[in-house]
Amino acid sequence: MESFVHSLVKAVPVLSGVPMWTLTLTAMILSAAVLLVFALTFGGVGSYVLRKVAGDIQARIGPNRVGPNGILQFLADGVKLVLKEDIIPAKADRFLFALAPYFVFVGSFAAFVVLPFGVGLIASDLNIGVYYVMAVTSLVVVGVLLAGWASNNKWALLGGMRAAAQIVSYEIPVGMALMPAVLIAGSLSLQDIVRSQGGLLGVFGWNLFHNPFTFFSFFLYFTAAQAETNQTPFDLPEAESELVSGYNVEYSGIRFGFFFLAEFGDMFVVAALATACFLGGWHIPFLHAEALPAFWGNLLSLGAFLAKAFALVLVMMWIRWTLPRLRVDQLMRMAWKYLVPLTFVNLLGVSLWLLIFKGKGIPQMIASLFG
Amino acid sequence: MNGPADLIFYILAALTVGSAILVAILPNIVYSAIALLFAFAGVAGLYVFLSADFLAATQVLVYVGGILILILFAVFLSHRISDVKLSNPARFHWQAAFICLSLFGVLSYTVVSTSFPVKPGTVYQPSTAEIGELLMTRYLLPFEVASVLLLAALIGAALLSRPEGRKGTSSDMEEPK
Repeated sequence: MESFVHSLVKAVPVLSGVPMWTLTLTAMILSAAVLLVFALTFGGVGSYVLRKVAGDIQARIGPNRVGPNGILQFLADGVKLVLKEDIIPAKADRFLFALAPYFVFVGSFAAFVVLPFGVGLIASDLNIGVYYVMAVTSLVVVGVLLAGWASNNKWALLGGMRAAAQIVSYEIPVGMALMPAVLIAGSLSLQDIVRSQGGLLGVFGWNLFHNPFTFFSFFLYFTAAQAETNQTPFDLPEAESELVSGYNVEYSGIRFGFFFLAEFGDMFVVAALATACFLGGWHIPFLHAEALPAFWGNLLSLGAFLAKAFALVLVMMWIRWTLPRLRVDQLMRMAWKYLVPLTFVNLLGVSLWLLIFKGKGIPQMIASLFG
Repeated sequence: MNGPADLIFYILAALTVGSAILVAILPNIVYSAIALLFAFAGVAGLYVFLSADFLAATQVLVYVGGILILILFAVFLSHRISDVKLSNPARFHWQAAFICLSLFGVLSYTVVSTSFPVKPGTVYQPSTAEIGELLMTRYLLPFEVASVLLLAALIGAALLSRPEGRKGTSSDMEEPK
């Protein structure tokens, strides 16, 4: 952000008379707006793709009325959500009922700030990036709990409690599964983590292939993250067959829209974190993004990052429409008896590997064999 | 320090203190919890202001993501689960005032009489690596003692929440056949 402002001042000398902090503030607001537009578009198009994927997997057609192949369905849905009457149940707690969707959306959207979209495309390269994401997403839990309670509805409350218990439990394996990437890069900054995976043709430098433990870690992370975003097979908080729709059952109109967007935002954040920490982030296979001219480097690396992240989102949708739902006790057992110990063992394994082989991954060692 | 920085500091301080007062005086306990959330957020903001980024994130993660959610759970599970009008009546005014005022006295005496090491205004420096290094070297023993304490609390909580009459069996979490 700072460097962007400095280069801007250099490029447009008129701006040097303006106080620094107003420029920084403007840059902040602009980048937030860009990210917001991205998040909203992703939520819209994502909902269309989700239903199309569901249709394909369940051997039906999916949305096909609005526009060619139903591609404009999400616009229609968006307009519907905005125009719909905003109903607040009479016995609900009005203030908290209105407040809860914002908590959920802010918690999910705040994580976008540190996602490394490209070589220089990151709103703020915080040096505690991964940790920051873990911290701000905990706001989602508060929002979900409040939404469940303020609705004054037993289904909503049960859904909210389930969601909170689930997210809190799965936060531990998620954080621990990301640690190997942090250990290898020696930094919590997502940009540093991505940079550490640059070598060897842009593919074999990925943390995924670094050693057997990191390979396993990716799948542990993906499983735990699927649960943290409340997706099938871990979608107990929504469980249509038992809880109708969970914590958001009383919400309608644009307030429901916020929950909806936050859900898709979470999906993207999870996929983007997996990409940045294990799949080489914005590194383009067989091309050195940082050596390219700034414009092309940024554009191509953005493309590479989005392609990887969207591929992961598709995998999440695929899992979502394939597997049945777990039971509550199975869910908790999965977290505490399997995922948590496995991620700890994995972390130990990666640490030992880094100690014994002096930080070298398997591809690096093979490459050094051939000189 | 220039204008905007001071302004941000006062906004954060007002947020923290104001929410803390609301925590104490709001009649509804869930509202108190939400006010507590804003107080925690204000403190996290103050940490950011002191360029203690790691501490700020920890503050949010531990207090908002952990303690506050536990408080909410405790409230929701305590009684009359479906009742939105849970209340938080004020009682024992004089005793509470005495305890609070004496605590306030001790704290303000400590704050005033301690000489804090003051650094001249520096640019923002990442502090994570330094904290990690200190925890693993100079403060290793307190760090480990704290973890052992937490572990003991964890085991105690697990033991207390076990269903009666099934103590010692390892089949608590078994699936019903």
